[in-house]
Amino acid sequence: MLELRNAAKMVGGEYHIHATNLAFEKGTLNVLLGPTLSGKTSLMRLMAGLDRPTSGSVHFDGVDVTGMPVQKRNVAMVYQQFINYPALTVYENIASPMRISGKDTATIDREVRKAAELLRLTPYLDRTPLNLSGGQQQRTALARALVKNASLVLMDEPLANLDYKLREELRAELPRIFAQSGAIFVYATTEPSEALLLGGNTATLSEGHVTQFGPTIAVYRNPLDLVTAKTFADPPLNFMDVIKAGGSFQRQGADILPVPAHLDDMADGPVTIAFHPHHLALSPQTQTAAKLQARTQVSEITGSESFVHMDFDGVRWVMLAHGIHNIDPDTEVDIYLDTRHVMAFGTDGRAIATGAKA
Amino acid sequence: MARITLDHIRHAYGPNPKSDADYALREVDHEWRDGGAYALLGPSGCGKTTLLNIISGLLQPSHGRILFDGQDVTNLSTQARNIAQVFQFPVIYDTMTVYDNLAFPLRNRRVPEPEVDRRVRDILEMIDLGGMAKRKAQGLTADQKQKISLGRGLVRNDVNAILFDEPLTVIDPHMKWVLRSQLKRLHKQFGFTMVYVTHDQTEALTFADKVVVMYEGQIVQIGTPAELFERPSHTFVGYFIGSPGMNVLPVQLQGNAVRIGSETLSLDYAPQAAAGAKTELGIRPEFVNIGREGMPVTVNRVEDIGRQKIVRATFAGQPIAIVVTEDSEIPADARVTFDPAAINIYANSWRVGREG
Repeated sequence: MLELRNAAKMVGGEYHIHATNLAFEKGTLNVLLGPTLSGKTSLMRLMAGLDRPTSGSVHFDGVDVTGMPVQKRNVAMVYQQFINYPALTVYENIASPMRISGKDTATIDREVRKAAELLRLTPYLDRTPLNLSGGQQQRTALARALVKNASLVLMDEPLANLDYKLREELRAELPRIFAQSGAIFVYATTEPSEALLLGGNTATLSEGHVTQFGPTIAVYRNPLDLVTAKTFADPPLNFMDVIKAGGSFQRQGADILPVPAHLDDMADGPVTIAFHPHHLALSPQTQTAAKLQARTQVSEITGSESFVHMDFDGVRWVMLAHGIHNIDPDTEVDIYLDTRHVMAFGTDGRAIATGAKA
Repeated sequence: MARITLDHIRHAYGPNPKSDADYALREVDHEWRDGGAYALLGPSGCGKTTLLNIISGLLQPSHGRILFDGQDVTNLSTQARNIAQVFQFPVIYDTMTVYDNLAFPLRNRRVPEPEVDRRVRDILEMIDLGGMAKRKAQGLTADQKQKISLGRGLVRNDVNAILFDEPLTVIDPHMKWVLRSQLKRLHKQFGFTMVYVTHDQTEALTFADKVVVMYEGQIVQIGTPAELFERPSHTFVGYFIGSPGMNVLPVQLQGNAVRIGSETLSLDYAPQAAAGAKTELGIRPEFVNIGREGMPVTVNRVEDIGRQKIVRATFAGQPIAIVVTEDSEIPADARVTFDPAAINIYANSWRVGREG
């Protein structure tokens, strides 16, 4: 188990990482999700031992490894840029960490072939990396990280430089590869959809704080605060500041929405309600849909679905609707919000309730 | 803005190309309308950047001509073509302020200063850097710099076309949404001819009126997002567009029916294919209905990805993906039906339609 205990990192009087407590179990995949500069790479560097925390400690299987340099730890890293030895074949690239650690030829051969099979590199073992596609190059780097038999594998946006479709395929393969390895995997990404496809656990990051950690789908469905909810939403979440008054949410004294059953217990007063774009529709999809009116801006068609950008009472919303809806800008439309999925946050940003299915 | 004619263009990087395989771009013969928003979509190495460079004049095609509004520009330099370009990585002057960076293309063309000011302020608001107008570009983050690059591409309204080469790669997901819809709005407002190269299907589909899908040096389909989704003309388009892509299952044609393993599906037309052709059925994961009715299927795995679930299953001995909504239940003894209107039949990877 890898633990950060109150680990913090200051650079030039500024916190890059605020005091953080995290524990990753063996054989798990842990996603660090947050925008650029939220602290993902800094956190990984603390975990790897590339940086020493300013305060707090790092423990591996109960042993304090805070001051131990990265060379003495059993860590592998994969970066956004594909890093391979250009003059070596794929086979030798994968074999290199085992050659350095002095493994015998038979063991090396067995391990290289096993990793190549897992990462579908067997047909390319005799080629050099520059004769491979980007996806194959990154799979070579991954295979090298795997044969190192590291107990901690850190991956910093490993698929960011790959084609969309290759990323889709590798994302689908990675959980299977992780499951077979038994190491602790840490995977940094800026993309919520990538976290959801990978599954495992997710830690959301914002401005150097870990805002929440738990099973990926649970963090997505039940964010503990507004910052986490925003971090974990793509397309972006829709918001509205309202006043709860008895059975309705109001703006400027006018009723906007009935309060759904799962938010009944909430005290009256100001709240921020939030929901995902796919919980808005152009026609009532469920019994629990509430009708609102908005003014359209731009419509974007993806083929089977439409993103309709709109203005609701001065707030910018996005609807993700089934089917093709090319609505002219500046059109008044009736929209329907599935109120079962509405989340509510207090004025302090803490979640009050996050959806009927919680 | 201009109509762009691509007149039998082919390009090979090496000398003396002999076969199709020697061409990075095999044959492109199309006319793109004035004021259209086109996206060139395809994987690395498909030829999309080659085509963009031919349009911009960075590259001379080995064969064929390129015309803007009927005028041959094949031998004109990039500068003489009067186009704006936005690249994958920021191209700006670090020592200039944000404001001066945006004003540069206009001042270069001796646009009167009040007009420069008006346009620059519009663009600053669009890229949300109004508060940074007086800051030096040096020291800004990568995505702020890229927003300036985008702004510089959009600041002139007298160009023949605006070309974008993967402009949002370095932008954070949340900002991508904002910038994309602003580009779209600008296009609607001003009717620029825009050509946008990307490997990201969401960017291509949401940005463009017409998406040009490229594969192995050729255009395999030009269509609206809906056409690419519903009627992919090549199995590659079915695979590349959509997440997960279209299911492609080997079938045997039998008049008005197809056989998949031991299952038979009837169609309301008889697809025609040459003898010996490889025949396949394409059905998107969104159009496979899973429930208690229909043909047997074995569910291997259900991936909950938030707003929907992806069911990975085996159907007639073949892997198949099925997309269902977040609230759906998957029955234990699951069966599937295919939406008949959403079935496409392919012979040697090309779609064979009702027309035969």
